[in-house]
Amino acid sequence: MGAATVTRATIADPDEESALLQVRDLSVSYRTHGGHIRAVRGVDLDVRRGEVVAVVGESGSGKSTTSHAIIRLLSDTGSIDTGSVRFGSGELTGMSERELRTVRGAQISLIPQDPAVSLNPVQRIGEQVAEVLRIHGLSTRHTARADAIEVLERAGLPDPATRARQYPHELSGGMRQRVLIAIAIAAGPKLIIADEPTSALDVTVQRRILDHLQQLTAQSGTAVLLVTHDLGVAADRARRIVVMSQGRVVEAGPTREVLDNPRHEYTRRLLASAPSLNTAYSRVSASRVSAAEVPAPAAPGAEAVADVAHLVKDFALPHTGGPRRAFRAVDDVSFTLRRGQTLALVGESGSGKSTTARLLLRLTDPSAGRILFGGLDVTTARGEQLRQLRRRAQLIYQNPYASLDPRLSIGEVVSEPLRVFKVGDRAARVARVRELLDRVALPSTVINRRPAELSGGQRQRVAIARALALRPELVVCDEPVSALDLSVQAQVLALLAELQNELGVAYLFISHDLAVVRQIAHEVAVMQAGRIVEQRGTEELFTDPTHEYTRELLAAIPGRGAGSTWGRHPGHAR
Amino acid sequence: MEDDAIGSAMRRYVTRRLAQAVGVLWAAYTVSFFVLYYLPGDPVAAMFGGGLDSTTVSPAQIAELRHRYGFDKPVFVQYIDYLGKAVRGDFGNSVSTGRSVTATLAGALPQTFALAGLALLLSVVIGGALAVSASYTRRRWLRQVLLSLPSLGMSLPTFWVGLMLIELLSFRIGLFPAFGDGGLRGLVLPAVTLAVPPGALVAQVLAKSLLAALDEPYVQTAQSKGASRLRIHLRHTLRNASLPTLTVVGLIGGQLLANAVVVETVFSREGMGRVTANAVTTQDIPLVQGVVVFGALVFVLLNLIIDLTYPLLDPRIIATPGSRGAIAGVGA
Repeated sequence: MGAATVTRATIADPDEESALLQVRDLSVSYRTHGGHIRAVRGVDLDVRRGEVVAVVGESGSGKSTTSHAIIRLLSDTGSIDTGSVRFGSGELTGMSERELRTVRGAQISLIPQDPAVSLNPVQRIGEQVAEVLRIHGLSTRHTARADAIEVLERAGLPDPATRARQYPHELSGGMRQRVLIAIAIAAGPKLIIADEPTSALDVTVQRRILDHLQQLTAQSGTAVLLVTHDLGVAADRARRIVVMSQGRVVEAGPTREVLDNPRHEYTRRLLASAPSLNTAYSRVSASRVSAAEVPAPAAPGAEAVADVAHLVKDFALPHTGGPRRAFRAVDDVSFTLRRGQTLALVGESGSGKSTTARLLLRLTDPSAGRILFGGLDVTTARGEQLRQLRRRAQLIYQNPYASLDPRLSIGEVVSEPLRVFKVGDRAARVARVRELLDRVALPSTVINRRPAELSGGQRQRVAIARALALRPELVVCDEPVSALDLSVQAQVLALLAELQNELGVAYLFISHDLAVVRQIAHEVAVMQAGRIVEQRGTEELFTDPTHEYTRELLAAIPGRGAGSTWGRHPGHAR
Repeated sequence: MEDDAIGSAMRRYVTRRLAQAVGVLWAAYTVSFFVLYYLPGDPVAAMFGGGLDSTTVSPAQIAELRHRYGFDKPVFVQYIDYLGKAVRGDFGNSVSTGRSVTATLAGALPQTFALAGLALLLSVVIGGALAVSASYTRRRWLRQVLLSLPSLGMSLPTFWVGLMLIELLSFRIGLFPAFGDGGLRGLVLPAVTLAVPPGALVAQVLAKSLLAALDEPYVQTAQSKGASRLRIHLRHTLRNASLPTLTVVGLIGGQLLANAVVVETVFSREGMGRVTANAVTTQDIPLVQGVVVFGALVFVLLNLIIDLTYPLLDPRIIATPGSRGAIAGVGA
């Protein structure tokens, strides 16, 4: 059992130019009710000292499993079947739990995916950062506090002494991610595994945080294994890219080479569907009929479906003594939605875009302003009038996993609005459901299946079919593709555009992702702190943004710098 | 400024909980009053040990008694009357013994408090230890065994557990006395008996929460720091998992009082259980009413303590009610 000390010593100083991390033929499987599922199949992967390597792939590609298997942080049902993971000159797959604990945090650390849930909610920030220092004996009981504050400061957290005393729920998502970065860098590891470190954050925050992480690791010579679904992020940050699909590495090489000259079919597809890498509206508009070769700014001639003017929404803040205060979530917002046109609302979380949509649909009451729907004032509609409004304006939610009742069959999900509004008889409804499913390109066999048996993209198609069931004039799409993989995103966006062409429905398209917006919108309204700061035709806005905030948003889109060279690569045509 | 806001949020939280406590007590009093009032059975008749044979008591005497206890007034006047007295701690006199209800309850209190208190302590300590062991162990079979114990404990009837303990530990081994009120040793068997069902409940709820907490992403963060399994339990999951258990402990308070009736009978002990059993069998309405309100008082106090403990365990509890949290948390 003297292995512990030996391993420790050998890990400590491999000074030769060899790889820091060397993964060979790694296979991981999960035990499920239906037997073993092989999530990772024979993966090879190298990370050299101080190098940033990106592992790119869609959900289910095995990229997260690979990164967790490296430090043996698989869930209870997962196990490493074969392969070796050499770190320095130690073999991680053969280590005991006790030996592993001396590696985790100190030599290899992890930046987890979701900052909202990755910190202990009932422990102060300072203690959580200090914990890693205490575990590895880098701080004493007396110095831990000050040391934690110092690390928080290095991670770029403003006013670290105050933050250290706060709890996670008192911090924004971006700040929490900085805390997680602080935890990861605290013990000065040689390798940081960053598992989708910024996917849950707004683009501008994402950029600042990735910049900072890059700077920190470059200074200290720390290697980074960056796991991401976003090719743009990988292109901006990594020296080498490893592309994974269905548990295998399908392509690996220097970033430029992989992007400019993708050899594997899957890489090409991924490149083609990455919205941030496309320069124009081309992909979706290609499927439109002649209508929108150049996305026309909302043609003033088109018939107005809905018209909102000077909308205001105040939320009361918790009473804290003194005068009552309110938070103005939506501040003097006006726009018009036209038949067959898409208006996109873009902005970061908290900018008021979802609240605006809820006001338009009368799911919440405005504090001031006016909403016209088909020329009718519905600002204070009640009862039957409101019910009829529900029929004419529908909503597609962000999360297709949560927005479908898991107990209903797909047929029941899609026909529910028809039943509620007593449209047609049973047979007519069944026929309509089949027609709708066909329209969203789902086989009619899904009619008796449950949502859980469908993929994310299929579920979102079901949600679209449901929204269209009553032939609405307006559909509000609230981040409809942000929970989907890139290639699926592109398909769903194309479907939405196609349906709009055929049915003439108006979309209010809410998104934080400017790249997605560019593909679908005729007109874009940029929201910041409850106000629309700029509202223009899509192409105009992208090529010549006037407001400073719009420019900041555009600049933060990952992969933009590289986009001009490899976004147009011939390989991306199908 | 920020501390001010937290302070005032805390004050509002405490005020709201206190108001709720008073509301529950009032409701318990009111409901029990009317239920007992409209229950078949005549309190005056009960005083004479059942049947009102007009041979022994004259109608005039009955009327006199009714008047003395205020039973001849309209129900709402009686209600207001009694409520006014109850607020001052006066629940009238026991119909069967003539002693003041408050004094009767106060007399029985120490015995029952010692019993229930020890039982509560035992159930939390033993149930908690069981849950933590089940969550801590990596051996699947051991976890299964440990997790099956609570449901066993829940399904055993209290009186049976009591009798078995007496049979084994008293009659056979003579370790603890089987009956009587004497000292700590006499307390052990009844307290263990009383602690079995709530202990099982604590174990079940805590084990479930602990195992769920182990799957939380923050546990993975802790693992990636190099934290040991023990540390993860002590520093991370236990505190997060303790909230539902704390809620259960509040409910157990009521369960303990109810089961004390059985246990005090089995072990022939004086106490609230005995008082309750007697009050019910003799239809001693003032005393029953006193017991009900007292039960509610214990329940309310215990839950008040627990409500005030929540924010110490989870700082988010103060921030949430009614508010939308940190709305403007933008930027990094």
